[in-house]
Amino acid sequence: MKETYTYAVSRVRCRETDLLTRLDFDRLMQCKTEEECLRVLQDKGWGKDAGVPLSAEDLLPEENARLWQFVGELAPDLSVFDVVRLPADFNNLKAAIKSVLTKTAPPHIYMTGGTVDPALMREAVEKNDFSLLPPFLSEPGRQAAQVLLQNRDGQRCDVLLDRACLLAIQQAGEKSDCPLLSDYAEMVTALANIRVAVRCQKTGKNRAFLLEALTPCRTLSLESLCTAALKGRDDLLSYLAFTPYAEAADALRESMTQFEKWCDDRLMELIRTQKYESFSLGPLIAYILARQNEMGNVRVLLAGKRHRMDDRLIQERLRELYV
Amino acid sequence: MDINTLGLPLAVLGAVLAALLAGIGSATGVGMAGQAAAGVVTEDPGKFGKVLIMQLLPGTQGIYGLLIAFLTLSNIGVLGSPVDVSFAQGLMYLFAGSLMGFAGLISAKWQAKASVSGIQMLAKRPDQFAKAMIFPAMVETYAVLALLISILCVANIGKIAL
Repeated sequence: MKETYTYAVSRVRCRETDLLTRLDFDRLMQCKTEEECLRVLQDKGWGKDAGVPLSAEDLLPEENARLWQFVGELAPDLSVFDVVRLPADFNNLKAAIKSVLTKTAPPHIYMTGGTVDPALMREAVEKNDFSLLPPFLSEPGRQAAQVLLQNRDGQRCDVLLDRACLLAIQQAGEKSDCPLLSDYAEMVTALANIRVAVRCQKTGKNRAFLLEALTPCRTLSLESLCTAALKGRDDLLSYLAFTPYAEAADALRESMTQFEKWCDDRLMELIRTQKYESFSLGPLIAYILARQNEMGNVRVLLAGKRHRMDDRLIQERLRELYV
Repeated sequence: MDINTLGLPLAVLGAVLAALLAGIGSATGVGMAGQAAAGVVTEDPGKFGKVLIMQLLPGTQGIYGLLIAFLTLSNIGVLGSPVDVSFAQGLMYLFAGSLMGFAGLISAKWQAKASVSGIQMLAKRPDQFAKAMIFPAMVETYAVLALLISILCVANIGKIAL
């Protein structure tokens, strides 16, 4: 029998009423300082589990932990959420490798919500024994650590782990019987490929680097993308115009910031269909992504207020909302 | 063997099917809506009263099935004084019971889906209770129509001399 999530979807529908709306963001935009924003967020229930007012640095990790605690109550088997949990794993692995090998320990470098305990990742890197990690992390982790240790090449270390992350997301998406997850995995991979191609074109990377950084996906031809990126910006934009991501070319013509915003907005557009779904896993995934998007927006807003950025600059960086 | 001896068992089968199928539909439907209601009450216990009503909506088909089963059993003499039931009459009771049974089974499941969506609508918009009620209530129409035809059949089959 196909798994249904009626109870969980109903809980999620209740929680969706707590998501920040456009009006809330307008109110936050009107705040003069970061402290004022934090007070508005506290009034909306942000950081309420901590019991004391939190700083901006502590608030977002606290909210992220609260999100994953809630998700843990929704389904008996958390592996169904792997597509959205994997980025945290690879972020944590990256952080573990870099912090161990550079002998530093900055705060808040590990994200909650991954499938593997960051402490285990740290132990694996310290002991140089990546067999402690699950197969999807062990080999990319070993390669990335080797590259960083031998060549001090942080960029290639990131490329290896980012590609492994996208491959793992695609596999998890294909394995899932939730159509949203496979569509999401495909879109995340394709958008990441476009992002890589644009950056490589800007920085003049060679074909070998590009092919190593790009991840196979259904909706883009890597060969054509690579060739177009090597030829130049105009060729890349022309190629994109004939793909399902034609609007990316328009966004890129405006600015890189607009392109990044367009990527995130496109993902929000994809998940918005789940507002009308009552029984499947889709609304749960959509809620997780909506919360992460909301936290991303709050991060941008708080950073903008902290650095006294112009409101227009903050506004153009804020992503579309799910609600 | 006199074929008319099968009349009574067929009529009982009709009564059983009415109660059984409609009961299965309602149990499934109320269970499904119950899951949705529990989800909402977990987050907001104040909505218990509203979601309880929505949960009960798919439960009516089971009651309709029971009513048809009672009427049939009463008319064929299983409850009360014994009555002769011919083969043709037994078959008609079977059809009348099956009508309520199948209509109850299917309508309860679909009504449950509409109820679940209504409950989730209440989670976001508690002020729209009346509208949330109307959508699953529309499905009830077809269970009521089946009940009406089943009652008309069961009430009149005995009067037909076959």
